[in-house]
Amino acid sequence: MHVQLSTSTVNRPTGTRSSSKRWQRILTNYELYLFLLPALIYVLVFKYWPLYGLQLAFKDFVAVEGIWGSPWVGLENFVRFFDSYNFTTILVNTLTINIGTLLFGFPAPIILALMLNEVGNSFFRRLVQTVSYAPHFVSTVALVGMMFIFLSPRSGLVNLGIKALGGEPIFFLGQADWFVPLYVLSELWQHLGWGAIIYLAALTAINPEIREAATVDGASKLQRLLAIDLPGILPTIVIMLILRIGNLMEVGFEKVFLMQNPMNIAAAEVINTYVYKVGLLQAQFGFATAVGLFNALLNFAFLIFANYLSKRYSESSLW
Amino acid sequence: MKRSWTDLGFDVVNLTLLTLLLLLVAYPLLFILSASISNPVAVSNGQVWLWPKEITWRGYEKILTDRSIWLGYRNTLLYTGLGTTINVVVTLLCGYALSRRDLVGRNLFMLFFVFTMFFSGGIIPLFLVVKQLGILNSVWAMVLPNAMSVINMIIARTFFSTTIPNELLEAAQLDGCSNTQFFLRIVLPLSAPLVAIMVLLYAVDHWNAYFHGLIFLTQEEKFPLQLVLRNILISNQLQADMVVDVNLISERQLLGESIKYGVIVVSSLPILLLYPFLQRYFVKGIMIGSIKS
Repeated sequence: MHVQLSTSTVNRPTGTRSSSKRWQRILTNYELYLFLLPALIYVLVFKYWPLYGLQLAFKDFVAVEGIWGSPWVGLENFVRFFDSYNFTTILVNTLTINIGTLLFGFPAPIILALMLNEVGNSFFRRLVQTVSYAPHFVSTVALVGMMFIFLSPRSGLVNLGIKALGGEPIFFLGQADWFVPLYVLSELWQHLGWGAIIYLAALTAINPEIREAATVDGASKLQRLLAIDLPGILPTIVIMLILRIGNLMEVGFEKVFLMQNPMNIAAAEVINTYVYKVGLLQAQFGFATAVGLFNALLNFAFLIFANYLSKRYSESSLW
Repeated sequence: MKRSWTDLGFDVVNLTLLTLLLLLVAYPLLFILSASISNPVAVSNGQVWLWPKEITWRGYEKILTDRSIWLGYRNTLLYTGLGTTINVVVTLLCGYALSRRDLVGRNLFMLFFVFTMFFSGGIIPLFLVVKQLGILNSVWAMVLPNAMSVINMIIARTFFSTTIPNELLEAAQLDGCSNTQFFLRIVLPLSAPLVAIMVLLYAVDHWNAYFHGLIFLTQEEKFPLQLVLRNILISNQLQADMVVDVNLISERQLLGESIKYGVIVVSSLPILLLYPFLQRYFVKGIMIGSIKS
């Protein structure tokens, strides 16, 4: 009785004291809030303010009326998009390009990191790393320019090779069938090495004693790789996968847009390029915002789904 | 004995594949470099496949006397310099504040930032905001809409919280050191690798960006280098003014090809040269930044 009474009487003052302590902590650290201020203003203006503009998706934008004054049209913009003749094509293209990139582009850096980790010669290892990071710094414009050069049906090296072997030159960038393979391959060329950095970092965090113990027990390099290294970086892999899936619908606009031309457009029109054309070039703001919102929602759904799966089947998740 | 044989086999396969990868990655870059200084006739006949043939600098002469390329260069330098400065300041300040465990409301702020990584209004609403701010067709449209990348901020935050010991802060606070003083005099000097990566990551982004230029800029004299490059490489818009003094159409076309190789080199070189110097920092910095996050 006595003890309980004393704790309850002590409790109340601490409650108010902790809140005043809280204020004191905020006051003493007021500079930290000033540190946060530029970033907060930035995010508010350029990330949250556009969310206010999302209402355009449900409106018919009239420039003189502004965002707020434009008349509501309900789901009309969405219905128009779903009913339009190219809706399925655009959706399928977006998914094919992104899932194709994920399928090949995601495991490749992991494999490269595991392979590099087994290289004993540190000079060779550094050489491979340095060279394979380099394409990451080539701009998308230069990359696509290089694709045009190498794949040119008249003078491109690839086609000169095909001709030398007696084949017919192929106009790679003019054929819809080649669009996705070219997109994925160039993606691999450019980001394979760079993508491996994070896994190499994760590999260095694995306790070397475990590997040594396995070697003493007679495990081969391949066995060590599969039984120690791979499980060791699995949490990193899972987190990277969730992040990647969480941006599944967002990536690639820049390269897709540059690689597009009237001949391959059947496979090359994706949601983001469509939004750009309809919205900014044809000024159908309401409709384009609706298409963009559809994309963002789909993307968000993928993220939640990936996080849910990972929570269920492994220990790592974003939240 | 058996074990070492399988290991040997593994090494052989591993090294072969890595060597192959090395060649596949390096080859296109070397080819572009060689082709840019070779006689265009030899290039289009397929005689150049690794080393330059009949070295000529005509392509570069044309590139370096072209006004739009110089303008693009100047603009890109401005956007990259100003943009990167803003990026690094905003990112480091924010990352540091959020790395402090005694910051009240830390998780709430984090959530506020992280949400923007996964849900965005899309380009139309962003365009309208930029338009409403009245910064279309100005430098600010190129540097403010991407003033901070949340991922980089998280890398910075992780770096600070793992490399700056709490005892240091406590000791400094006992000596009456304010947060600003502590950040400027103690945290920053200890964070050179982080600053180097941030500069590299942001500078590369600005240098290589063309999308914001495409949607926010309409005046050609403000175009960044990448947009100029796009016109030359992909829209084939160079011939008219760059090779105006060349009479034969076929020769004009060939020179045009030379120019294409050259502009790829000229536009990529600054970044490719910068990167080996920063490399030793960024591998370390990204490692520290990524392991925990």
